[in-house]
Parts: sequence; structure tokens; C-alpha cells
Amino acid sequence: MIALRAVAALAALALCAGATAQERALPLERLKPGTDFLGADLRALQSDDLANPAMLWVERGAKMWSERAGTAGRSCADCHQDAARTMRGVAASYPKFDAARGHLFNLESRINACRVEHQGAQPFKHESDELLSITAYVASQSRGLPIHVSIDGPARAHFEAGRAAYYRRRGQMNLACAQCHEENWGKRLFAETVSQGHPTAYPAYRMEWQTVGSEERRLRACLSGVRAEMLPYGAPEYLDLELFLAWRAEGLKVESPGVRR
Amino acid sequence: MAARIQVPPQAKRGEPMPVRIIIQHPMETGYRHDEVGHPIKRNVIRELSCRYNGVEVFRADLSSGIAANPYIQFYTVAEASGVLEFSWIDDEGVRGSERAPVVVA
Repeated sequence: MIALRAVAALAALALCAGATAQERALPLERLKPGTDFLGADLRALQSDDLANPAMLWVERGAKMWSERAGTAGRSCADCHQDAARTMRGVAASYPKFDAARGHLFNLESRINACRVEHQGAQPFKHESDELLSITAYVASQSRGLPIHVSIDGPARAHFEAGRAAYYRRRGQMNLACAQCHEENWGKRLFAETVSQGHPTAYPAYRMEWQTVGSEERRLRACLSGVRAEMLPYGAPEYLDLELFLAWRAEGLKVESPGVRR
Repeated sequence: MAARIQVPPQAKRGEPMPVRIIIQHPMETGYRHDEVGHPIKRNVIRELSCRYNGVEVFRADLSSGIAANPYIQFYTVAEASGVLEFSWIDDEGVRGSERAPVVVA
């Protein structure tokens, strides 16, 4: 009986191991961050804290951190004190499922939830300079730390939805995310090298935008590229996809605020 | 309009020192159109100058060829400790300024 149980347990273990091994189309040791696909000029721009234009947003976020807001008249710093200490590593663990609120949050929506609940203020609008600034500031506290998100428990359903979205063909081009970023990364798409599509740099300064934008905006740019319908900002599918992408980028280092093409 | 200035933490008297500034500005070219096809008016920083202890050491006339959030670097000879004062004006007449201390040894 005991032997039988042991065999069953071993079989279950093997099944589990098999499942995890198959889950990752890109094995961890082959992951390359977006910077590996940039030219030397943009890499230099990203690593120079003065020339990196996104640092203007980070600096504004740093000021906002201690500015009082809302009916509560509280600043971020009143609760979270020194961001360099309290926010270190936070961005590397997002998107995250919040059991108390029963909701999956990315960094932007988590900050907005904090504003509404604890500051009594209006949430910032999607892609507003305010939201991007405070998000970039918080995210920059995790620079150099490895991405690790939880996909267990209630987050699992979001993760599976994100994975399904990643492999679903869509748009007039009938392309799935995976066809470029898993099957054809490293090859050329016109003048550009197709990356593996890891969200390590966001919020990032994108040359095409000439400003800082969120990961969601970047996802919309891909959707537009394959001529698919762009979902409205804040749509749950983006969040699910962000969770899947973060899991897929496990172990890569946070670069926010990055510079991208 | 936010701006960030960088000078060496300590400059050597009589030696050239790099001065760098980046200014947050959309630098709207005037060649773009909005979603409904109306042209977007040009709005770029058209003039930027830098005074070092009250003496102008750098001046630039910018135009629509310059990317958003312009980043400019130049050299000036470190003569005395004091202050660098940048000021600029864009097409809409909005002025901006930023200062940075200079320490010369």
C-alpha cells in the first residue's frame, strides 16, 4: 500500500515536472531582455540617468511621493515612508492578485486604488503624466531585481486567460503574440529586430511615442500592428496578458524606466 | 516644464567642463495632425540660453528638427564657483528656467 502510494506520488511529481517544463516555450536560460535587441545608442541612453528622458518622469514621481492629495490630505510617504526601502522589489512582483479586494492589479491600477481608498482622491487617468510619473518612480525602486510573480491560487485563472490571449491569433494579419515573440525573435521585421517581448522596461520611454508610456500602451501598439481591435484601456484582457508576460519573463531584471524604439 | 542639469561635482579651474541639460517638452513639430485631421500647431522651445555667474556662455536656437524632451550638452571653461542659470522660451511664450551650482577647485 505504502509502496503504491509512493509510486502514485512519484508519478504525480513526474506529471507536475513535465507540465512545468512544457509550460515554458522559452526556457529561462534563453530569455533575453528587450535591451539585448536595442542598438548601442538606445542602450547607452537607457543606462545614462541624465540623458534617459524617462528620468524626468521618475523625478516628478519622486516629488509626488511626498505631496499630499485627496480629502484625507495624505501623501504616499505618510504611509509608505521612504520609497527606496518600502517600494524596493514591489514592481518585480506585479501584476499581483489582491485577495482582500478580489482583483488582479498591475502597478498602475494598484496605485490608483491606493489613491481612492487611502487618499480620498480621484484616480489618475490612463497614460496621464501623473500616473506614469508615480508608476515610473515606484518601478524604478526595483531596478536590477529579478521579476517574480505569483500565479497560484486565484491568480491562476488570470494567468491561464493571459496565456490563452497570448497564443490566440487575432486581427487582419491573423497573428498571435507567440508567432513573433516566440517563433521569430531575433529575426528582422523591416528595420527592427523582433524581441522576445519581455515587459522589463515599463513604464518606458519609447522613441516612437516621444514620451513615456505604460506596458498597456505597448500592448496596444502590438495589437494595432497586427491590425487587431484595440481593447479600451483598463480592459481585463490586458491585465491577464501582463500577468502571463511577467511570468514568462521570470528572473529577468527590472529595467524601469527603460528606453525602447 | 521640468528640467535636469548635470555638471561635474567638482570642476578644475581653467579646464573645460561638460554641462548637460534635459528639458521636458513635447517639441511639437507643426507637421502633425490630430485624430480628425486638424493640423497641430508648432510648439517647440525656440530659444535656450545659459548664463554662468551672470555671463552668457551658451545660446541655441532650436527648431522642429529637435526631438521631444531635448537633451543638450556643451563645454564651458570652469572659472569660478557659482551658479549656472538656464532659461528658455517656447512658441507659446511659456518660459522655463533651472539653476545648478558649480564648484570649482
